[in-house]
Amino acid sequence: MQQPFRLADVGRLGAAAPVNFTFDGKPFTGLTGDTLASALLANGVHLVGRSFKYHRPRGIVSAGAEEPNALVGIHRDAARKTPNVRATVQEVHAGLEAVSQNRWPSLAFDVGALNDAASPFFSAGFYYKTFMWPKAAWERLYEPFIRRAAGLGVAPDQPDPDVYANRFAHCDVLVIGAGAAGLAAALAAADTGARVILADEQAETGGALRFETGAAIDGRPGWDWAKAVTADLAARDNVRLLTRTTGFGYYAQNIVGLVERLTDHLAKPAPEQPRERLWQVRAKRVVLATGAIERHMVFAGNDRPGIMLASAARTYLNHFGVAVGRNVAVYTADDSAWLAALDLKRAGVGIAAIVDARSEIRGAHVEEARRLGIECLEGHAVTATAGRLRVSSIQVRPLAGGAGRVIPCDALITSSGWTPAVHLFSQSRGKLAFEAETQRFLPGTSAQDVDCVGACGGSIDLAQTIEQALEAGTRADGAQGRRATIVKDVRGEVWSGGMLGTAETGTGVKAFVDFQNDVTAKDIRQAVREGMRSIEHVKRFTTTGMATDQGKTSNMHGLAIAAEMLGKPIPEVGLTTFRAPYTPVTFGALAGHSRGALFEPVRRTPIHSWAQEKGAAFEDVGQWKRAWYFPEAGEDMHAAVARECRTVRESAGIFDASTLGKIEVVGPDAARFMELMYTNPWAKLGVGRCRYGVMLREDGFIYDDGVVGRIAEDRFHVTTTTGGAPRVLNHMEDYLQTEFPDLRVFLTSTSEQWAVIAVQGPRSRDIIAPLVDGIDLSDAAMPHMSVREGTVCGVPARLFRMSFTGERGFEINVPADYGRTVWEAVWAEGEKRGACAYGTETMHVLRAEKGFIIVGQETDGTVTPQDAGLIWAIGKNKADFVGMRGLRRADLVAPGRKQLVGLRTKDPNTVLDEGAQIVADPHQAVPMTMLGHVTSSYWSENCGHSIALALVAGGHDRMGETLYVPMPGGAIAVEVASTVFFDEKGERANG
Amino acid sequence: MVDAAARISPLDGRLFQDEGILVEPAVPAVRLALRAPSAARAALSKALGIDLSQRPKASAVHGARAALWLGPDEWLVIDEEGGDLMAACGTVTAFHSAVDVSHRNTALLVSGRRAADVLSAGCPQDLSRGAFPVGAASRTVFGKVEIVLWRTGEEAFRVECWRSFSDYVFMLFEAAARDA
Repeated sequence: MQQPFRLADVGRLGAAAPVNFTFDGKPFTGLTGDTLASALLANGVHLVGRSFKYHRPRGIVSAGAEEPNALVGIHRDAARKTPNVRATVQEVHAGLEAVSQNRWPSLAFDVGALNDAASPFFSAGFYYKTFMWPKAAWERLYEPFIRRAAGLGVAPDQPDPDVYANRFAHCDVLVIGAGAAGLAAALAAADTGARVILADEQAETGGALRFETGAAIDGRPGWDWAKAVTADLAARDNVRLLTRTTGFGYYAQNIVGLVERLTDHLAKPAPEQPRERLWQVRAKRVVLATGAIERHMVFAGNDRPGIMLASAARTYLNHFGVAVGRNVAVYTADDSAWLAALDLKRAGVGIAAIVDARSEIRGAHVEEARRLGIECLEGHAVTATAGRLRVSSIQVRPLAGGAGRVIPCDALITSSGWTPAVHLFSQSRGKLAFEAETQRFLPGTSAQDVDCVGACGGSIDLAQTIEQALEAGTRADGAQGRRATIVKDVRGEVWSGGMLGTAETGTGVKAFVDFQNDVTAKDIRQAVREGMRSIEHVKRFTTTGMATDQGKTSNMHGLAIAAEMLGKPIPEVGLTTFRAPYTPVTFGALAGHSRGALFEPVRRTPIHSWAQEKGAAFEDVGQWKRAWYFPEAGEDMHAAVARECRTVRESAGIFDASTLGKIEVVGPDAARFMELMYTNPWAKLGVGRCRYGVMLREDGFIYDDGVVGRIAEDRFHVTTTTGGAPRVLNHMEDYLQTEFPDLRVFLTSTSEQWAVIAVQGPRSRDIIAPLVDGIDLSDAAMPHMSVREGTVCGVPARLFRMSFTGERGFEINVPADYGRTVWEAVWAEGEKRGACAYGTETMHVLRAEKGFIIVGQETDGTVTPQDAGLIWAIGKNKADFVGMRGLRRADLVAPGRKQLVGLRTKDPNTVLDEGAQIVADPHQAVPMTMLGHVTSSYWSENCGHSIALALVAGGHDRMGETLYVPMPGGAIAVEVASTVFFDEKGERANG
Repeated sequence: MVDAAARISPLDGRLFQDEGILVEPAVPAVRLALRAPSAARAALSKALGIDLSQRPKASAVHGARAALWLGPDEWLVIDEEGGDLMAACGTVTAFHSAVDVSHRNTALLVSGRRAADVLSAGCPQDLSRGAFPVGAASRTVFGKVEIVLWRTGEEAFRVECWRSFSDYVFMLFEAAARDA
């Protein structure tokens, strides 16, 4: 395949191997080392996409990461379809498949282009004005319409099959950008012996030296110097050189996020090779050498394919050996475009004319252009362009007035000057300062240990840039670092000029400021006319700078036009905030390893494998997997739970309670600490006894609960809810360290030290007795709510006699590594006595039959002990505990608070929905006055009817009242009842 | 009766080996979460036969026993030969808290040329030899879980974590090791 615009003996790809790729299904050939953009241009292809709003044909604007226009889809396979890839960043590889976006049926003929003809209706603020009325149309009409129209590319519809890696790194100096400035800074830093990381977003280091052929360093062409320094740095142990790596976010404490692209440029990546790697770098010092971004000129019809930045055309020429046209026109207000024109001319490309908006142009480049016979028009503007799918001519006119004329061309390169890339500096919370003379925002006061060197710091002179960079690199070693690095004979190009906004105000024309969001100069003027005063408002009203390129080429133009309209200096109109990421970052890179099985730790108990072998169903409780129920052959959940519930109360059940939180509270002041943390009294709790404890927050609401055993005078074994374990320990630590630091007590989490096997039911003692040594299990020696240390199955154990079912019950705590073995021994004894294994569902039902609350189900952070019927758990003679004062607040003792009650449905077979609302009169008008809601509801096999717990306003005074639960199928009548449905006297736990 | 030596560790039978990296479970150990104000440090050191360092990130090793500094009043004491650490501390009358966490934690041994790099996939600490030399220990994170990291050799680390997190830790090592 021919590459008609590839020039022989120009550029650096030279004899690189040809690479075949496709664009919109059509085969093309490029060279190894090409970007998709350079390869398409080599084939004379400028048209690569359609614009967002007006579907206008669009081409390649830049040669780098700032690209606003040339966004394409890259399809590697069915699952790997990446939208909105910048063609100027994507490297070509064999078999690359690129497709254009936002067009139908084809790129050349796009029905959506009707929007362009209808553009008077799509002016600034269109969305805000059009989609206001009628309100009902939002959901059905406007939102679906906007959603369909939104975005350029199509998101992939399959899970991302790639893996992404993550790496934390530390260094003395992190250098972002490996152009002349970054390389010099890294070299100086490396020479001090510092640990250096040097990152650059391009495939190769060199930065602007790629195109700036007038630069020479150390007596060599700039590019050759860059390659030599790069090789030197790459060989050093104290330097990590990362190419294809974008510094996208600058965070607190000099932490910088980098994303390294590892496989997007490869034809056949190894299957397990990560696609991208996220680097989270913490640097003692950061050197930003991020360069500057060239701006386009804003004029009517400035968006046709074939119109691009001058530096881009120069890059395509000098680096890739590609001419962007045969007859190239130039429109500029900056010297840099002249140098691009001269390079093109010398390479044999025709220059149609150089149009400069500045009235007086002089300098060696002007003389050289004239000497080469190029027509130079000073004080002129381009006022229109022609060409449907590619620019074919421009219309130029003297700015002072006078007749215009048409100049044919097949490409137009433009420059309105350079914007320092201060994005990362601004993200670091550094203050920007506006330099009025050059109309630039430059780094001002730093907020972190950061230096900006080279063009991003405002330098326009290569010698000064190198000097700054060497200084900054050396500083990395601390103030005493002596500069060892010498770079001589630095000679660079000097460009002056630049302008912001439009040279000439046309009406009714499309002079684009922001290509990606289709925002014109007229839109910005209109925004000001409609009352927008701050750039933040102008931005939101017009969407300028809000596309994925974040206005890298356009924001300064937009700001200048708004400032001109407002008659205010630029800094008074404001500058929009620079936010991470600098360029788009994939979700994959941010998620890293945290997906699939590694999304969140899955915690399993030592007994999990047994339950799994028995075919248990599991439920998630926080990060834990808990056995939910144990279905036998042919049983559904309802049948299994009913059987388990029955079996526990008839014989016994065995339950894995290992996930309960456990905290060992140790020290001479342990009891005093417990008195302060829980509502209950602890001082007089005897060693070997247990008590149910209620923990409040300062505001008096229930925070957690659990059974606490006193193991020794100075040692408590505290249990917490499964989900509450970490926060309860934090809560305790907070109070210990901030409120009660004088107490001699330490807290240690033992949640995972112990496997906990609950054996509950009338036969529980018979089951465990054969396994227990050294503990008298008789009711007299070990009554309900006691704890003993001894051995179970020969391993040291803490044995609790306690019950969350209302039955006689034990909880065997054994060191976790023995958990499964002891469980099997208990199971063997249980089986002999008709016991079953039961899961969390049965546990929930059995406790509800007894009216025991579950924190987080019966409570929601607004429930006091009185509300929950736990007033008995508050020590009446206590001087203090956390929440004591909260409980005295007027609202917390006011009548009519929602209180926990039982509900019995009039129809015993009806099981209420948890969360259902409760009303007094089901016939009242909607919205009804709601009295409360159902917190727990189950079928109770043991009671033979459904049971429910509910929070009801003034519930304790409503015993026997009939209330209603309105449901879609009609209101359900319920009677307010005691929370205890089974064994109301509570005899079974003792018996 | 259960054979008291028959501990079933959560990572029993797991092993991961790749170019420059080996991840294997450590043998079961006796562990103590030891909290003590400085007044009790000398007596506890004597009772345990190991110096409880006051230096941040320091560790002390004596035979099969090690004490890792985790905080100004906190150490993780590990005994790989089953020594009765609770009994040893029981002889000290000065205020302290000794809690048996032998089974709460489990440990992975990570070794090889790439060990530090692979750890850096999930551990934000500076693991260079200057900042984290042989013998250094600290409580830190690996991915989404808390670990205690102890550098036992130039290219060898012991990673202590709570037992239910060990599967996650092991899988994260496997995933991270794929990133060459």
